[in-house]
Amino acid sequence: MYKDQYQHPDYYLLDEFLTDEHKLIRDTARAWVKENCSPIIEDYAQRAEFPKHLIPGLAEIGAFGPTIPVEYGGAGLDYISYGIIMQELERCDSGIRSTASVQGSLVMYPIYAFGSEDQKNKYLPKLAKGELMGCFGLTEPDHGSDPSSMITNFKSQNDHVILNGAKMWISNSPFADIAVVWAKDEQGDIRGLIVERGMPGFTTPETHGKWSLRASATGELVFDNVKVPKENILPNVKGLKGPLSCLSSARYGIAWGALGAAMDCYDSALRYSQQRIQFGKPIGGFQLTQKKLAEMITEITKGQLLVWRLGVLKNDNRATPAQISMAKRNSVETALNVSREARQIHGGMGITGEYSIMRHMMNLESVVTYEGTHDIHLLITGMDVTGINAFK
Amino acid sequence: MKFLVCISKAPDTTTKIAFTDNNTKFNNDKVVFIVNPYDEWYALVRALELKEKLGGTVTVINVGATDCDAIIRKALAIGADDAVRIDAEPIDAMFVAKQIAQYVKANAYDLVLCGKETIDYNGSEVGGMIAGLLDWGYVSLASSLELNGDLATLNREIAGGYETVVVKTPFVLSAAKGMAEARIPNMRGIMAARTKPVAVVPVFACENYTTILSYELPKEKTGVKLVSPDNVDELVSLLHNEAKVI
Ligand SMILES: Cc1cc2nc3c(=O)[nH]c(=O)nc-3n(C[C@H](O)[C@H](O)[C@H](O)COP(=O)(O)OP(=O)(O)OC[C@H]3O[C@@H](n4cnc5c(N)ncnc54)[C@H](O)[C@@H]3O)c2cc1C
Repeated sequence: MYKDQYQHPDYYLLDEFLTDEHKLIRDTARAWVKENCSPIIEDYAQRAEFPKHLIPGLAEIGAFGPTIPVEYGGAGLDYISYGIIMQELERCDSGIRSTASVQGSLVMYPIYAFGSEDQKNKYLPKLAKGELMGCFGLTEPDHGSDPSSMITNFKSQNDHVILNGAKMWISNSPFADIAVVWAKDEQGDIRGLIVERGMPGFTTPETHGKWSLRASATGELVFDNVKVPKENILPNVKGLKGPLSCLSSARYGIAWGALGAAMDCYDSALRYSQQRIQFGKPIGGFQLTQKKLAEMITEITKGQLLVWRLGVLKNDNRATPAQISMAKRNSVETALNVSREARQIHGGMGITGEYSIMRHMMNLESVVTYEGTHDIHLLITGMDVTGINAFK
Repeated sequence: MKFLVCISKAPDTTTKIAFTDNNTKFNNDKVVFIVNPYDEWYALVRALELKEKLGGTVTVINVGATDCDAIIRKALAIGADDAVRIDAEPIDAMFVAKQIAQYVKANAYDLVLCGKETIDYNGSEVGGMIAGLLDWGYVSLASSLELNGDLATLNREIAGGYETVVVKTPFVLSAAKGMAEARIPNMRGIMAARTKPVAVVPVFACENYTTILSYELPKEKTGVKLVSPDNVDELVSLLHNEAKVI
């Protein structure tokens, strides 16, 4: 039977910076992943199906909105705990982590940060338990990296608004019960609305044929004169800073998460290199393999230090969006490079589903694109250090 | 029903074992400690299941220093109601058993559960010693436990089969595989563990009877030798001269 032997590399003894509770949270998430996720994920990815039955378990280990305060059903944990949970999930599969990121950072976070008391009480506890699943609609077919040009919009009509437009590439949309949708009001200001499945005119067609994030469901959100009650508008935010602050929260999780994928690839490659014998010795004994492994662990260690420090800053409420952007870009780039090298080390076995490598590698092509592409993040850092906007 | 579950720390199974001080001490450096699996998976979980069914409390007890706090929190996160840590670096099985027996004498329990052994020193001694010190019944290597009033029915694995025994509470048992299914704590449990009481009890002074002279690692395993199926002579000669088994 398949056995998940994962052990995280900790070359610089960063575990010493974690509390006993952080480690307990990590062990719990890891044990849950090994028991429930690892054995089935390859099959679901091959069949391009989201393993929906994992939702209650994800809620149990605190994957949905762990930083949301206890009174709204969250776990009230710090940001390092949040990062750790995302890392353990993405260590198994970026798609599973994506589902958790969307639910916690892109659905629960905006309701918590910008919602009315009624909205918080109505949605957050059920979202934390996974009884309601959410999705986040920002990207449109013609507006990806430049969301401020979006055309989805709503017009006021008595006690409700009429929403029109379409969103694309929306994780979880095919099965989500609610969608946090960003759309322009009559003044052209971006506002957030909670749209519920079942509202007439609201459909969520699934996007098929992906070669990446196959175990995560992606789809569209189509709004054809959808009547949304005004009480579903998030009252406390206007403008692009609404969705951007959600993205900052999710990017923080991705920064930790993507390193999980890198660590899984490294862990597997290291073990394989010690067991696979060619030319009479383990392939880990050849200089070219060692160079790969040495570079992998070096980049992973740098990434671990970066996200740990970012976590400390985030706990102090001092992490800037630009710092988060840097970590997201760095972790995903590290993970992509590590996965490609790890695939080489696994030889032919590396392209099969026997190992997680190729799945990680393909998943990461989405992770490097969503929540701001690699290049967009370079521009964010560029603008931050030069003070000059190179986006337009 | 008041359950007392003895838990100890044990090195994670992937630990690379090394010794210091001229091979007289186990090298703790960089070792990750876990709850001894027999204590956690079987003794603790079965106690929790019975508590959930019949009511009562589950207390975990550990003889150890502050570095055991993490494993105690884990036991609390899995569901124990409270914990006791006897503040001492354990010396040998008799020392540990005396500490626990002393605590049990002062605080009435109906059932004391241990794991069948720790996965580091594999002593299998503490449970029996506690029972001896308390003058209670002892059932070792139990793979199932049912309670009916003050009567307990247990299965024990014996050579070639099972033995079913009935024993009256209070008694001590050591739990083996089969008694329960391991439980993964959930976030609610981890959060609840923050506020569950952990009593730190001073050590009960007692003599220790053993001293470790030295440790030794087993010889490194050599690789597998492949012998062609038609070369029986070579196989026999290897088994005779190298492996020395025939
Ligand atoms: C699997 C998956 C799941 C997703 N989930 C969600 C979701 O849940 N919710 C959501 O709202 N969105 C989601 N997205 C959308 C994602 O955020 C967008 O794909 C991303 O923002 C990029 O937009 P685009 O695809 O339109 O690419 P474009 O913006 O068209 O970019 C194409 C290329 O042009 C480059 N580029 C663009 N502008 C510049 C510039 N100024 N300077 C230099 N280069 C530039 C980009 O870096 C990129 O290389 C998801 C995407 C995928 C693939």
